[in-house]
Amino acid sequence: MNSVVLATPALRDPAWTRRVFWAGAGLVLLWPLVVATEFRPWALFEARNLEVTAKFLATFLPPAHGGEFLAMVARESWRTVAIATAGMTLALVLAVPLALLSARALSISALAGRMARGPFWVRQLLRWLLIVLRSVPELVWALVFVRVVGLGPTAGVLAIALTYGGMLGKVYGDILDSGEAQASQALLRNGSSRLQAFLFGLLPQNAAELTSYTVYRWECAIRSSVVLGFVGAGGLGQELDNSMKMFNGGEVLTMLLVFVVLVAFADRVSAGLRKALG
Amino acid sequence: MDEPRSGPSAGPPQAGPHPLGGSLGVPAGRGAHISAANLPYKLPPPLFSARCKACWFFAALLLLVVASFWTLNLQWAQFLSLDAVRSMGRFLGEFFPPDLSPAFLQRVLVGTWETLAMSALGTLLAAIAGVLLALPASRLHQGASARWRGATRLLLNALRSIPELVWAGLLLIAAGLGPFAGTLALAAHTTGVLGRLFAEAVENAPPGPGAALRAQGVGTTRVFLYASLPQVLPQLLSYTLYRWENSIRAAAVLGVVGAGGLGQLLAFHMGLFHMGKTATILGAMLILVALVDAASYGARRWLTR
Repeated sequence: MNSVVLATPALRDPAWTRRVFWAGAGLVLLWPLVVATEFRPWALFEARNLEVTAKFLATFLPPAHGGEFLAMVARESWRTVAIATAGMTLALVLAVPLALLSARALSISALAGRMARGPFWVRQLLRWLLIVLRSVPELVWALVFVRVVGLGPTAGVLAIALTYGGMLGKVYGDILDSGEAQASQALLRNGSSRLQAFLFGLLPQNAAELTSYTVYRWECAIRSSVVLGFVGAGGLGQELDNSMKMFNGGEVLTMLLVFVVLVAFADRVSAGLRKALG
Repeated sequence: MDEPRSGPSAGPPQAGPHPLGGSLGVPAGRGAHISAANLPYKLPPPLFSARCKACWFFAALLLLVVASFWTLNLQWAQFLSLDAVRSMGRFLGEFFPPDLSPAFLQRVLVGTWETLAMSALGTLLAAIAGVLLALPASRLHQGASARWRGATRLLLNALRSIPELVWAGLLLIAAGLGPFAGTLALAAHTTGVLGRLFAEAVENAPPGPGAALRAQGVGTTRVFLYASLPQVLPQLLSYTLYRWENSIRAAAVLGVVGAGGLGQLLAFHMGLFHMGKTATILGAMLILVALVDAASYGARRWLTR
């Protein structure tokens, strides 16, 4: 009997009971999620929905290509890039001072061992401020600013400036703190000012990393400036939203294609720059 | 630019003090005795030269920034005017006190749960679809024909480059208002991201075990299930968890276009100027994002310890 088993080993999976049990347990845990999200895939295939979808999809072809429309798309694409760039510029204005103020590597009292209590709390408070700025999604900032300054690119620029200012400030601080501290400490110990220690000690060491993160965030800002258009902050997103609401499939398709090309272009530029920086 | 360098050596001996003498450490009044071909100093490189790539880059960058601000005609005057500051202050003042009545808090809790459920289910669907699409998108072994590799990667890129919110706007038409459209939107975008990451992981897995099974004549499906999948599973799980974290953040705001969750509550109450309720929802969003951040930071610390 034994030898027979050895000659023809069992073909079934030895762990199958465990696999079946965990699959079943997973399905049970999944059920509340399915209920909460009103997950009804068959709703997609109801006759009425299917008709609307088919009608909308049918309008996708041919993509809109009128001269006036294309000129509008080009203008709005530029505005999208411009919102991202202007937002990033303001974000830098916000992030650089905050990062310098919150970097532990530039603390003079920390040279002696532990940072003194006052500077420690100032840095901690600034860090918390950066975290709060960063954790409010840019779309929420945009909703708030649309209320205050009205529809248009100003709201988008301010939203990107605040969220990305928080992100850049936090990451810049982390980068400055994680590098080799010897050069800047030597400068500080010999009586240079903190700004000098930053410019001649920390900056040359970390410039490539800082720049490459900034370029990467610029790319993200282009993506999110399209999204901000959906709440009325101008650019390609706003036009896309309008066309979707009008069920104008051809325009939607053209703008989606332009958007994909725009993102791919920003991606390529950013990857090239980061590679050049090493 | 060249003049100070050539001046002292080429010209006749000067009687008076050298114009740059004071700052160069050359004693004034002894200009006549300078005999070196070049002054013993080096001028800093010119600020701009046509061969300097970084100069061109910075010039282009400056141009881009200036053009951006120029063409957007931002309403700074309106934003920074006393009037706007006052209206901003009033706007912020209306946030207080936040509406903390039990009935409303319960609705916010339901919205938070809906957001979490949307992100979890969306990420799960995306992980399944990502694995299914990663197979045709990767070269499973050396010499595999990988006929569909290019086409599938193109599809994954298209899925990935359209943001969740745009997907939500499109899918609202097919799936109707509510969290279902949001779930599908999250799944669509995340499938693109995960599919590409998974394909990369499958291609980079060590080829040994798979080759051993293939040499025994085992079929492609079972080679994947018993050789490739166990090898890449930890990586797939960590990618999926990382994307889940991103999905929660996206799901919180997805409702702004009507796709369920906290965002939908936010858009609804902000539209009706219920500022107290808006403040509560914003607080819930912040707490959710902060908790997710803390959990992921903690998990990463624990895993890399």
